[in-house]
Amino acid sequence: MELFANQVLAGIATGAIYACMALAVVMIYQAIDHLNFAQGEMAMFSTFVSWQLMQWGVPYWGAFVLTVAFSFAAGIVIERLLFKPLAKAPILTNVAGFIALYAIINSVAGLIWDFTIKQYPTPFGSSPFLGSQLISTHQAGMIGITLLMLLLLFFFFRFTRVGLAMRAAASLPESARLVGINTSWMIALGWGMASAIGSIAGMMIAPVVFLEPNMMLGVLIYGFAAAVLGGLSSPFGAVMGGFLVGIFENLVGTYIPGVGNELKLPIALALIIVVLVVKPAGLFGRAIVKRV
Amino acid sequence: MSAAEEIVTEAPAVEAVPKRAMTLGYGTSLVVLAALIIIPLFVKNFIIFQMTMLLIYALAVMALNILTGGSGQFSLGQSAFYAVGAYTSAILMEHAGMNYALTLPIAGIVCFGFGFLFGQPALRLSGVYLALATFALATAMPQLLKLGYFEQWTGGVQGLVVTKPDAPFGLPLSQDMWLYYFTLAVSIAIYLASVNLLRSRSGRAFMAIRDNEIAASAMGVDVALYKTLAFGVSAGITGVAGGLGAIAVQFVAPDGYTIQLAISLFLGMVVGGVGWLPGSIVGSAFIIFVPNIAEGISKGLSGAVFGVLLFLVIFLVPHGARQVAIVAQQLAAKLKKN
Repeated sequence: MELFANQVLAGIATGAIYACMALAVVMIYQAIDHLNFAQGEMAMFSTFVSWQLMQWGVPYWGAFVLTVAFSFAAGIVIERLLFKPLAKAPILTNVAGFIALYAIINSVAGLIWDFTIKQYPTPFGSSPFLGSQLISTHQAGMIGITLLMLLLLFFFFRFTRVGLAMRAAASLPESARLVGINTSWMIALGWGMASAIGSIAGMMIAPVVFLEPNMMLGVLIYGFAAAVLGGLSSPFGAVMGGFLVGIFENLVGTYIPGVGNELKLPIALALIIVVLVVKPAGLFGRAIVKRV
Repeated sequence: MSAAEEIVTEAPAVEAVPKRAMTLGYGTSLVVLAALIIIPLFVKNFIIFQMTMLLIYALAVMALNILTGGSGQFSLGQSAFYAVGAYTSAILMEHAGMNYALTLPIAGIVCFGFGFLFGQPALRLSGVYLALATFALATAMPQLLKLGYFEQWTGGVQGLVVTKPDAPFGLPLSQDMWLYYFTLAVSIAIYLASVNLLRSRSGRAFMAIRDNEIAASAMGVDVALYKTLAFGVSAGITGVAGGLGAIAVQFVAPDGYTIQLAISLFLGMVVGGVGWLPGSIVGSAFIIFVPNIAEGISKGLSGAVFGVLLFLVIFLVPHGARQVAIVAQQLAAKLKKN
């Protein structure tokens, strides 16, 4: 029983990584109805920017704030320049665009910062948290930050004018335009916010997985799995999904013999497919009712 | 705007291509075919090898094109089917000592089954969800192939070495040249079969599903069956391409079939023009040669150059090579008049 409790706790700690990423995935999905395959690379690039700032002597939290601001702006610029013209194009074209973006960012980051693995600092320290060996202060801090982001997002969407406008633009663009909401800018704002959330996720994840241009691929797949499990329409679901995926991964690794690190990605694959088939709306998402 | 209206006016995932616009005319086909037959006689072995790979990737791109351009479903997971085909051929040749030519149909059938089964859960998914599920399949594949359980068959991380076949009946051809003509023959056969498939009843059913699923089912098309069938056919052809690829490269290893390959094939389809089968060879040329050119422009930035080129294609010629071909045709017609 103690093993079980320990594994669940360790699972929550890993789950925090996926929860962060899933939050960014859901954010962009809400804004544009697509999954951005370049999301992980954008987060990775932001993390490198913050690392660079720290190399130049900017203190951690200063770099943190600057990076989030930079990512927000970069997200908007990318949308305005590259994806606004594709708004009316078929999904296929958009997916191709995401992939092109993925290739560009990955290669540029590799060129500027090369492919060696780098240490990334944590503001929370890495001593055991509350005397527990399973969860470090960094992981506890990461969980805290994730929950804080979730809370802020909730307040933003619930109680601010812009948040309301964004929800309106996402759910019924035609009607939103009629009441005077600039839906096109709401999409840009969605990109900016997703990019900013992604950068926070990247900075939280980097101390755990280390910094390098390919750090995000596995995390992104798990972020997708978490977002799908929690429901793509619900930020809360995404975070819960992240923790559940983390716990699931740890328990499967502990109790089913022969499942180790080498099966990490197939597990995520199986999870995504099972959820999409059994409950496509996810655990916390709204089911989309289609009229025929 | 009511919800019902929105469904009706919703943009389709893939643009509709009339089936007549999917192929080349006889004259052009013969010119291309003649070029493909004659060129290898005059070039070095390495270029022949590259042309073999060109045909192999063209087959894989065409398979994806049948799935996407034909039935309107996405796949970012073609590398998984390619890998299964390659491994099937390699294992049959190396462990069972089978003739290389005989392993190809088996690879095709195995992949057809795999694709058909994968098509079952994929049935419930559309658009972006399907892209996601297949994306996950492609990323998971290398890890599955490395798995300890299958190691005695797959060779694990090491992979398998495949022997290159000699020309049969004592023909005076080098191994590369023989393999090229063998691949060409297989490709032509599959191309003809695909063109006929799209012109047949099943092909029309695919296209009806692509253009409007609800209308198609109202007209009596078994949507579930034809969607999974499209997945199966596409996977089967990709499997044959994978088998040929294993023979040509003489080596299979898990890391040869990463998500990168799936993305390349997807790009090949976009560049060649979705739904235009001859475009597959243009797309295949793009994914084989452009990375080299990109590396020539800037070694470290090859990925970025690749991405920028792709954006240029999306913005300037969204229909890929098909659009270029149509413009060229119109120009030619104009010149004739003058």
